[in-house]
Amino acid sequence: MKKIVQIIKSFTLWELLIGMKLTGRYLFAKKVTLQFPEEKTPYSPRFRGLHALRRYPNGEERCIACKLCEAVCPALAITIEAEPREDGSRRTTRYDIDLFKCIYCGFCEESCPVDSIVETNMSLYHFENRGENIMTKPMLLAIGDKYEKEIAESKRADAPYR
Amino acid sequence: MLIEQIVFIAFSLMLIFAAIMVVCSKNAVTSALYLVYAFFNSAVLWMLMQAEFLSLVLIFVYVGAVMTLFLFVVMMLNINIENLRRSRMKYLPIGILMTALIVGIVIYVVMPEHYISLTPVKATEHYSNISSLGMVLYTHYLYPFELAAVLLLAAIIGAISLTHVGNPKRKVQNINKQIQANKQSRLRIIKMPSEK
Amino acid sequence: MFDAIIALVWIVIKIVIILVPLLIAVAYLTYAERKVIGYMQCRVGPNRVGIFGLGQPIADAVKLFLKETIDPTAANKFLFMLAPVLSLMPALAAWAVIPFNNSWVLANVNAGVLYLLAMTSIGVYGILIAGWASNSKYAFLGALRSAAQVVSYEIAMGFALVGVLMAAGSANLQTIIHSQQGGIWHWFFIPLFPLFLVYWISGVAETNRLPFDMAEGESEIVAGFHVEYSGMGFAVFFLAEYANMILISALVSIFFLGGWLSPFDGIPYLSNLFAWVPGIIWFIAKTFIFLLLFLWLRATFPRYRYDQIMRLGWKVLIPVTIVWIFVVGFAIEFHLSPWFN
Repeated sequence: MKKIVQIIKSFTLWELLIGMKLTGRYLFAKKVTLQFPEEKTPYSPRFRGLHALRRYPNGEERCIACKLCEAVCPALAITIEAEPREDGSRRTTRYDIDLFKCIYCGFCEESCPVDSIVETNMSLYHFENRGENIMTKPMLLAIGDKYEKEIAESKRADAPYR
Repeated sequence: MLIEQIVFIAFSLMLIFAAIMVVCSKNAVTSALYLVYAFFNSAVLWMLMQAEFLSLVLIFVYVGAVMTLFLFVVMMLNINIENLRRSRMKYLPIGILMTALIVGIVIYVVMPEHYISLTPVKATEHYSNISSLGMVLYTHYLYPFELAAVLLLAAIIGAISLTHVGNPKRKVQNINKQIQANKQSRLRIIKMPSEK
Repeated sequence: MFDAIIALVWIVIKIVIILVPLLIAVAYLTYAERKVIGYMQCRVGPNRVGIFGLGQPIADAVKLFLKETIDPTAANKFLFMLAPVLSLMPALAAWAVIPFNNSWVLANVNAGVLYLLAMTSIGVYGILIAGWASNSKYAFLGALRSAAQVVSYEIAMGFALVGVLMAAGSANLQTIIHSQQGGIWHWFFIPLFPLFLVYWISGVAETNRLPFDMAEGESEIVAGFHVEYSGMGFAVFFLAEYANMILISALVSIFFLGGWLSPFDGIPYLSNLFAWVPGIIWFIAKTFIFLLLFLWLRATFPRYRYDQIMRLGWKVLIPVTIVWIFVVGFAIEFHLSPWFN
């Protein structure tokens, strides 16, 4: 009996028709494609994208060259050199992040005692020449200055969970 | 008439060229491809004589099926041309003998007393090649036709029995079983007491 | 002599009239395929070039034209270049005998079906030669698979056509269409339903389309026979595949769905309502249904395993056709109405 059912099923292409019914239904289903440059998925406030160095509202840079981020970085992407500034405070003279080495783990951000190094939720950037993958201190500060509002916003949104 | 003659001469020349190349080319695959080319040219010649059925069947059967399988085999052969070249002289006497035999037969067949020259008849528009051929095959030539069919059947059965090995110990997949498999035959969900 | 030249020029013009729309159709079939399969996978498909992405096929063509043609060092140059042409040529040549309307046909030959069989059967040479001339293992494996597969399915295809020939009593395509005259219930797909299915399945196999694309088998042998081709060579193979799809769809609609006949013939009210529609519209509509089915099959089914393809061809399709040819023979003998009066 089972065999006869099997034979009838295979000769009427029953299972193939079921499969085609499924794909046929999806032909008219709602499309989930995102039209990328025009539409974007919402990013989480703790999304880990391009790095930035922040400043205090009075313009003083937050980084105190404690080198915790350099120490914690599992990919050894951060290079810091520091010496005392004219006013005697300790500041970095060099703060490089190699974006090719960076694995975007966010440890630097977590280790920072003054919330200086952060990862913004910008994921769309590119390099056109060799060497542009090294983010130097001025570049990182510039990103921080430019997107300070967004960074502060996402820090505030994520604060209850930290 | 002139165009037909030009076509005839052109395609016969190409046919002869292809036939020579079948024998002369060093690579077996090239030879086989030249044979395909020769079949095409002879199909055109048949078409010119309004034997469209035979011409198309030549392409369909020989080019489409036989030569495909032939190429299939020839492409996988590993022929050492050097060895062949060395032993060429060895086969020269028997080659000459065979050639002489075939040439002799051909000459005998096309001698004036055996060769009936027919002036080609232009067929009318509603003349169907297939039906007239079928008419002759199934009436006048019924016995030879059926005999040929039996011969072919014997060849098919022979080929199958030669290649078919009925050893049950072979590790072949039973496709029937495989495609009838369903969730129940492959997956067994068992209940186990959870470990404390 | 002068008359002959004029006749020749006239034939060339007719060929152009057939081939130009055909090639445009091929280009837009690639677009339709990407769109339909995209929709079936909840995507939207190409939509960047032009409105709704309608410029996409043209952009693709331009890209392929401008790409460098690479010929592998150890390849047989002549055959390597010849292979794409050999695969495209039969797909286009077969259109010579396809009737588009009551009298619209380039060559109304008596052995039309045989001509089509001959043309579709030599399409495999392009693949075989490409596979061998590329001097690459993957290409060679693809060629071997495709040769075995095409030869197997050709038999089922031929047998299915034998049923059509018996039912129509002629190998002339126009006569085959005329013998299906008179409404949708006169079409051959009803008395020859198993043959219709067999012909369609082996047609899909013959064009090396999914689920029978053993010759390409991206996940197994990279791209099969055309793995070494780039630029124009690849484009021509692509063209040939899609031209073959259109050809098989057109043939199915001619042999089993009455070609350019209207489905409403003989229905009292509808037949007058649709009397103004020219036959070629019906023909294109029927062809379009099968083209859609091609894409639908591709979106639905996974690739067959090689031995299962062979089993299907030899152990299922061929026996089915042979049995049904006997059935058709009896139906003709007893003048089964309304098809075999």
